[in-house]
Amino acid sequence: MMIAQLKAVEVAYGRGPALGPVDLDLAAEEVVALVGPSGCGKSTAMRLLAGLEQPGSGRVERSIGKGQTSLVFQAPTLAPWLTALDNVALPLRLSGQSGEAARRRAGDCLAQVGLKGAVSARPAQLSGGMAMRVSLARALATEPKLLLLDEPFAALDEITRRTLADDVLALWARSRPAILFVTHNVEEAVYMAQRVLVMSPGPGRIVGDFRTPGDLPRPETFRTSAAFRETVEAVSQRLAESLKAAA
Amino acid sequence: MNRIASILSPLALVAILLVVWELACRLMSVPVYLLPAPSAIATSLASDWSPLASAAWTTLSMALTALTIASLCACGLALLGGLNPLIEQAVQPIAVTVQVTPVVAIAPLVMIWTGLDHPGRAITILATIVAFFPIYSGAAAGLRAADPDLGRLFDLYGASRWQKLVRLRLPSAVPFLVEGHKVATALAVIGAVVAEFVAGSGGAQGLAWRIIESANRLQTARVFAALVTLAAMATLLYGLVSLAERRILAWWAGR
Repeated sequence: MMIAQLKAVEVAYGRGPALGPVDLDLAAEEVVALVGPSGCGKSTAMRLLAGLEQPGSGRVERSIGKGQTSLVFQAPTLAPWLTALDNVALPLRLSGQSGEAARRRAGDCLAQVGLKGAVSARPAQLSGGMAMRVSLARALATEPKLLLLDEPFAALDEITRRTLADDVLALWARSRPAILFVTHNVEEAVYMAQRVLVMSPGPGRIVGDFRTPGDLPRPETFRTSAAFRETVEAVSQRLAESLKAAA
Repeated sequence: MNRIASILSPLALVAILLVVWELACRLMSVPVYLLPAPSAIATSLASDWSPLASAAWTTLSMALTALTIASLCACGLALLGGLNPLIEQAVQPIAVTVQVTPVVAIAPLVMIWTGLDHPGRAITILATIVAFFPIYSGAAAGLRAADPDLGRLFDLYGASRWQKLVRLRLPSAVPFLVEGHKVATALAVIGAVVAEFVAGSGGAQGLAWRIIESANRLQTARVFAALVTLAAMATLLYGLVSLAERRILAWWAGR
């Protein structure tokens, strides 16, 4: 089943064409990574899929409601005046749930990301990795069918991003939302996704579509496997070619 | 050690200056109407303690009333502007014009309108005008300061305009509102004192009037006593507001 689709979509901003034409489709329960250099229109594609922006031409088709989409940004984007629990409960409160029910569900979500003890902590008291987990818990609180991750680990150190990558895949295995994962890190893309789309800059176009080996979540030895290395090389090469062509 | 030094060093400097001042007055026999010695000022403070306190209270209550009115008007107007950008665009130039016009220049008009029998009202209105702008511009900026990505999340989850205002924009504005009120508190006191000077009548009986009256009679020690009271009051008020600021921001940011 198709969850969301971009059909020959083009977007232009004041400074010229930013995206397209782009075709992109996300099936239910599918994890897709979108790699490309900074400023190639990855985030624009993501906002189109979320329904937060309209394309200049082409069509965006979504088989799910607005409330069934969740977004995680590069920064945790938490409200500093709310506790971790209230931050996670926020989307539920906005959709009209009672405080009691929203908090109970938020508590469960925080427990899922391993933050049971940080329920009453404020964002300022959390480390970068913990704040990102709260952000993930908030995204999962509404039980989304489509989860959009916009370079969520970009501001974190290598150890934390690896742990969080495994956590995201474990969370995916529980409720299996379709995930679009935007990143400029090729290894991360191949590790996280079943399919890796390569995007070229200026204006952004999809120039490669790779299927990654193995199943999700990844086994511990996956990063050292030959199949993983080969896919990373192939994706990197395509990315380099597209950059050369654009230059 | 450093902390004690940082508290003691300004006190020591004040003490040294006071001693030099006292000695200079005595040794050079400076006329008391020109520059009274600190001891003379202290005597004046002690003997006039009760009228000074009541004058200080008069000035303070005018300033605080002005602050309250300014806060209500400024926050209300900023809220309206936050809900409707057209209102904000309409209000902004007028607010700026009133702000850059010296309050002293508006004072005679306000005096005429409130009637010469009610200088207290005129002073309160003038102090309100002075205190209005920092609160208004703080509130207006604060309502625009919400994290745009957090705003996108609110849109994604289908938040209404009202939900966005109450759950996102108002809480985001808190640090700006606090800063605006802090500046406005200091300005309200200054406004009240300046307005009383301009009013130039004893009708309001604030600290400024005591200064004018004593100066006219060349009772310089009483001028100093009123000044000391004014400075002490303003400093105390500023200290309280700073404390409140720190508390509120700590609660807001959870630190």
